[in-house]
Amino acid sequence: MNAHLREKFAFFILGIATLIVILPILGTLFYILKNGISAINWEFLTQPPRNGMKEGGIFPAIVGTIYLIIGTMIFSLPLGVLSAIYLSEYAKDNFFTRLIKLAIVNLSGVPSIVYGLFGFALFVIFLKFGTSILAGCLTLAIMSLPVIITATKEALEAVPQSFREISLSLGATKWQTIRYCVLPYAWGGILTGTILSLSRAAGETAPILFTVAAFYLPYLPRSIFDQVMALPYHLYAISTQVPNIPKKISFGTALVLIGIVFIMNLISSILRAYFRRKKLW
Amino acid sequence: MVEIIKTKNLTAYFGKKCVLKNINIEVYKNEILGVIGPANSGKTTFLKALNRLNYLNPSYHEEGEILLERENIKKIKDNVLRKKIGIIFSLPQVLPISIYDNVAYGPKIHGIRKKSMLDEIVEDALRKAYLWEEVKDRLREAATKLSGGQQQRLCIARTLAIEPQIILYDEPCSGLDPISTAKIEEAMRELKKHYTQILVTNNTKQAARISQRCAFFLMGELIEINKTSILFTSPQSRLTDDYIRGKFG
Amino acid sequence: MSKLKTIKEKTIEFLIHISGFLIILFVILIFLFLLKDSLSFFKEYPFFKFLIGKKWLPISDNPQFGLLPLLLGSLYVTFFALIICVPLGVASAMFIAEVAPSSLRGILKSLVEILASIPSVVLGFIGIVALGPWIKKIFHLSTGLCGFTGSLLLAFMALPTIISISEDAINSVPKSVKEAAFGLGATRWQTLWRIILPHASSGIIAAIMLGIGRVIGETMVVMMVTGNSPVMVHSIFEPLRTMTATIASEMGETVRGGLHYFALFSVGLILFIITFIINFLADLFLHKK
Repeated sequence: MNAHLREKFAFFILGIATLIVILPILGTLFYILKNGISAINWEFLTQPPRNGMKEGGIFPAIVGTIYLIIGTMIFSLPLGVLSAIYLSEYAKDNFFTRLIKLAIVNLSGVPSIVYGLFGFALFVIFLKFGTSILAGCLTLAIMSLPVIITATKEALEAVPQSFREISLSLGATKWQTIRYCVLPYAWGGILTGTILSLSRAAGETAPILFTVAAFYLPYLPRSIFDQVMALPYHLYAISTQVPNIPKKISFGTALVLIGIVFIMNLISSILRAYFRRKKLW
Repeated sequence: MVEIIKTKNLTAYFGKKCVLKNINIEVYKNEILGVIGPANSGKTTFLKALNRLNYLNPSYHEEGEILLERENIKKIKDNVLRKKIGIIFSLPQVLPISIYDNVAYGPKIHGIRKKSMLDEIVEDALRKAYLWEEVKDRLREAATKLSGGQQQRLCIARTLAIEPQIILYDEPCSGLDPISTAKIEEAMRELKKHYTQILVTNNTKQAARISQRCAFFLMGELIEINKTSILFTSPQSRLTDDYIRGKFG
Repeated sequence: MSKLKTIKEKTIEFLIHISGFLIILFVILIFLFLLKDSLSFFKEYPFFKFLIGKKWLPISDNPQFGLLPLLLGSLYVTFFALIICVPLGVASAMFIAEVAPSSLRGILKSLVEILASIPSVVLGFIGIVALGPWIKKIFHLSTGLCGFTGSLLLAFMALPTIISISEDAINSVPKSVKEAAFGLGATRWQTLWRIILPHASSGIIAAIMLGIGRVIGETMVVMMVTGNSPVMVHSIFEPLRTMTATIASEMGETVRGGLHYFALFSVGLILFIITFIINFLADLFLHKK
């Protein structure tokens, strides 16, 4: 077989492999869409579950997920941005810096259940927050840090060095330079990375299992020390612990969860493209 | 002639490489001091040592003293020093904001917020840089839309806005057309009245045109410094003579 | 600058420096909290009995906490997932990076990103309602909730990691190397197989290691889909239990401060150490040039 034929064959195999990867993705999405779309109506989205989850809606879970997203952002965004500023603008090339970078790599690889265990031990038990929105958000926030830090660091490093030189040469201090001459141009990347990170946090179950999630609450949370229902945990619970759950409801829940995650992802991608086009330099 | 800057045995390194050797130089108030020499002779390093911009490179370190008005500049905070000594870089570097905001950036950093004051400062600076007439009707436009020569004059205005005592120029006209160059030289002549200026240039003729004294650097050493007229007609060193005549460069 | 401004600035610079340090602190804290409760466990239950014990019977009269069935469950499921996703992932990466026309490339990359963003609980759900029953039918099993189903889903979860990092590695091979090969008359395939792939090998190895880390650390999919049987299995088609699923499903049933409770922390500690090592090595490979 000559080289060209071999190439055609090889590329064909590669294409098949890619197809094998792609088809199930599309299949899964359509399958959920097809079976879940019938559940999506106003009642489903705004009413609490009834009759042991078999009827009604998933409103409290949606609200809980939103609370968790907001809370996670409140804790992870400032810390993530500040750490990235440290790494990008202040850190010298020494052992300590390498240690920080190693720590980030490791935080991003810690299994989500270990985060759950850690969050439980530290926030729920040791700091006595109890299973609460506070504990859940803090746990999710630490989990979200690596993505935010990496995105922020890249955004800061993309700002031309000449900007800093100009600002410093006009008599600005280092922080003034960062605040007025670097950070404003990095917000695009920071925002994109944050939304992406939060979309992942929204879909996580393991970290919230012992730190905040509740199977059923008769009322919406009234403070950050309350437990909360959340979409990922709700889906897990109704598909493993509720017998004879109507297909519509579980698929509908899956669809709403995917929907929220995808919308956030989409927003992040659109922002990324927007800022790339608006390139000022 | 009042001395304003003095360096004592200034020696500078980037890592292990020595780029300035024992520079002893005095700069007088309100003069234009030209600094000439071939590439890599340490001219830019010398310039940037004066406002400590070299330290942006983590491998830089120096020995010796630099005195500003008899005070060792090491005793002055970075940002305070750089307000007193402004710099114009060789490539026009404007921030991607409006013309007005570019010039107002410095004063705002230093605490001036009132719009009327800023307006005054911006206009004054643009006038001194011989740019006002060309941009007065479009101050809110992006600075990046200006031509190279205009951008460079904008950089001068930006520096003037912080009211420095000394202005450093690092080959400011390289890459600019003759008309822009002439305008900048004209501005420099006018600025002499109130500012001390140090001009690093590859263009010996430019140095001859506008400087009162001139220093010749070669391979990190100060070979000769004298009144421009004397340096260019009867230099003391053979090297200076050869360089000015274009025998090397 | 006014005094107030200086104080404000010094404060924020202090916060910035602290933030860098906090990151290291978090890693240390995670390790310490796991260690603390693991030590409480090892005080009562011998470490070796834990490490190589073959029985995990936390709620029997004579509780046994053998890690082996759980560890082997994790490894077993990971191994089979890798058999599927490494060839598929590297092949797809090659296709996307070097073969697909640029118009198609964008779509493919987007689809892979979409796969990456599907929450694991949703994949677990699909496993329960669709894939499990399917596998049961095809392989004539008594239940579709077994290690194999888990491996399939885990393979898919790891694919985006393997594909995107391998793709980066392939793309970072310098153009000059490719052009040299073409100049010598090689076909695109020959260049890809013989020149680019070896060049990108350390990046691809890193991608695989990160994939391993992802799979070993996955909780929801395995909890929902691999059955609930913490025993030493003989075949991937039997229900089994991974370390992650054990912690997640048993934690709610433990008494805080009891032996079972501490045992789960010990499992967590082992998990943490394993993924720490994997990520450390992967990072080394990524920065090897």
